[in-house]
Amino acid sequence: MSLEKITNPFNARHWIGHMEADYVYTLGVAGERFFKEIKENGKIMGAKCQKCNITYVPPRMYCEKCFEKLKEWVDIGKKGVVHTFTIATIDINGEKLEKPTIYALIKFDGTCGGIIHKIDETDTVYIGMEVEAVLKPSNERKASINDIAYFKPAK
Amino acid sequence: MFGKKRVAIVGAGVTLFRRNLKETGKELSYEAAKTALEVAGLELRDIKSVVMGSAPDAFDGVHMKGEYLADGAGAYHKPYTRVFVGGGTGVFTPLAGWWHVASGQFDTCLVVCEEKMSSCYPHPQYAFTTIFDPILERPIGMNLIWIFALEMNRYMHKHNIKKEDIALVSVKNKRNALDNPIAQLAANITVEDVLNSEIMAWPVQRLDVSPTSDGAAAVVLASEDVAKEVTDNPVWIDGVGWCIDSTHWTDRDLYYPDYVECAAKMAYKMAGIKNPPKEIDLAEPYDPFDYKELHHMEGLLLCKKGEAPKLTREGVTQRDGDLPTCPSGGLLGCGNPIAAAGLMKVCEIFWQLRGEAGKRQIPGDPRTGVAQAWGDLMQYGSVIVLRR
Amino acid sequence: MRYYQSEAVETKDIKEGKIPTEKFRPKAKFAWSAGIAISRFLEELKNGKIIATTCSKCGRIMVPPRIYCEKCFKPADGWKYVKDTGVINTFSVSFLAADASRLKEPIVVAIINLDGASEGMGIVHRIEEYGDWREVKIGMKVKAVWKPPEERTGAITDIAYFKPIRE
Repeated sequence: MSLEKITNPFNARHWIGHMEADYVYTLGVAGERFFKEIKENGKIMGAKCQKCNITYVPPRMYCEKCFEKLKEWVDIGKKGVVHTFTIATIDINGEKLEKPTIYALIKFDGTCGGIIHKIDETDTVYIGMEVEAVLKPSNERKASINDIAYFKPAK
Repeated sequence: MFGKKRVAIVGAGVTLFRRNLKETGKELSYEAAKTALEVAGLELRDIKSVVMGSAPDAFDGVHMKGEYLADGAGAYHKPYTRVFVGGGTGVFTPLAGWWHVASGQFDTCLVVCEEKMSSCYPHPQYAFTTIFDPILERPIGMNLIWIFALEMNRYMHKHNIKKEDIALVSVKNKRNALDNPIAQLAANITVEDVLNSEIMAWPVQRLDVSPTSDGAAAVVLASEDVAKEVTDNPVWIDGVGWCIDSTHWTDRDLYYPDYVECAAKMAYKMAGIKNPPKEIDLAEPYDPFDYKELHHMEGLLLCKKGEAPKLTREGVTQRDGDLPTCPSGGLLGCGNPIAAAGLMKVCEIFWQLRGEAGKRQIPGDPRTGVAQAWGDLMQYGSVIVLRR
Repeated sequence: MRYYQSEAVETKDIKEGKIPTEKFRPKAKFAWSAGIAISRFLEELKNGKIIATTCSKCGRIMVPPRIYCEKCFKPADGWKYVKDTGVINTFSVSFLAADASRLKEPIVVAIINLDGASEGMGIVHRIEEYGDWREVKIGMKVKAVWKPPEERTGAITDIAYFKPIRE
């Protein structure tokens, strides 16, 4: 003998709930310096591993390949290249956006890594397009990735 | 011999344990891992495999934390695994590292544990509410502390143990932590301080509990041939054990951790230990709460059931006693970044056996130590026996 | 020993924004399936009854019910009602809510071994009508206080709480 099975799924009960939690993330040792450079000096920085001759963007505390602590920081400028992109038509909740938004992975010459951000002030986008960062006015910057308002086609 | 290769710990490193550290979890992992590698005299390229231990993703607030932490743990382009058995993770992670090397598959394994609990608001306890059954237990309003309170009450009831005796553990461990530079809550307190502290969930009071913390710890494991090449002071992993009890936790008699006994017996059998109190020179049982140290000493068969409070009262578990217990200061004194706290206990045995524990060094000539962690729904035991 | 001198920061500096941070609130909602055994258990609670499953091999009467016996690792093979009275196995007097905020009046939570279930089988529930919390004891006999039938929803909270039985 075994227990009778539920054959009608509507007889199976559910309990509705949610996971309540708020998160506050510190930016980290390297992250805090990176974002402060953008906020206070309007500079996008990378961190260079002298041993491996790699410059990481965003900068990191350590080189993941050789595990050296990274001490040399370099200004990488504001110009980069669209490595790949997508055009979003819905937001994070699945709601339709008023107008499509271009998101791209932007890489910087001679560096490892890149920044994911919006592309604006353009109707066209293509892989290999040269773009440059548009920073928010300095009084609106908060030491966040959104201190970069977006990237636009480079002049 | 168990496994194909004998396995040694050849390096250990820890970060500070604090309520808030500025570092990201990746950066904390790096700090501990790099320190352990420096002690071992090895470079990242010498590491053939990496095992990461970290407790629920809900603390850090980063889903799939294993992947997130990988580069900080030194896992770039290497065989990598994250393991997780709740609070038991910190001692389970080097066990998982052990089988990587003991199997003969890898000569070396970097073992890293991390926790960054400060990310979770309003309090990391909240992240625990979803470990309870969503239908039968959460509607009652479960708080994590309750299950400890229920267990502590049952333990006290069964053996007629007084809170005064349990409080001695908190007094001892917080005092031991005064000599530990990483410690978060080192203090000279009295039994009265514990008994007069805020009631959280009776019988648990504020000073019965370890604090939530950020931190990381790491050890480097090596096979016998590599270990003998890189150090004159290897510390051998001679016993490993792990066990889980029923998830139907309300069915169990919570006064005794059977599953810790099961894990301890497995580890002792492997290490050839027949009389644990006699053959073990120091112990680091898991002490997120003061009564847990006692509970676990009994589960580790270091004394009879109900006898741990007496040993504590008689000073046997002090650093200069016959069985120094939590000489590091434990979780009560150092803080409780879950997985990192468990691995810190393994690091402490490593330093004590090598005579490198500084002001915390226990006297005599310790040769055998045991570390243990405990977790999930009060049901998981992980045990490691180390020898010089 | 070797340790790394990490950078400790104060909670208040984080709260006051002196240390820059990013904030996030996950929006995850769930519908947890009660499953086969607990769906029936909840349905019975609505009728004011507590039901267990049984294992014919080891003879256990298991509550909360499950569709398998985890010890024999075979299907449970029967249903059996148990009583709504029992004994306090252990308890706690909590001044903490689920989010770790403090309660002015404590709540008492207990594991209750129900009469008619196998030895040691317990459920978690609240205890009320106990008078002074210092009077609550392990071994105390308790009885379920049910919500009125029209307020029951098929939930563990259809039992409002357990109260001590004065003899």
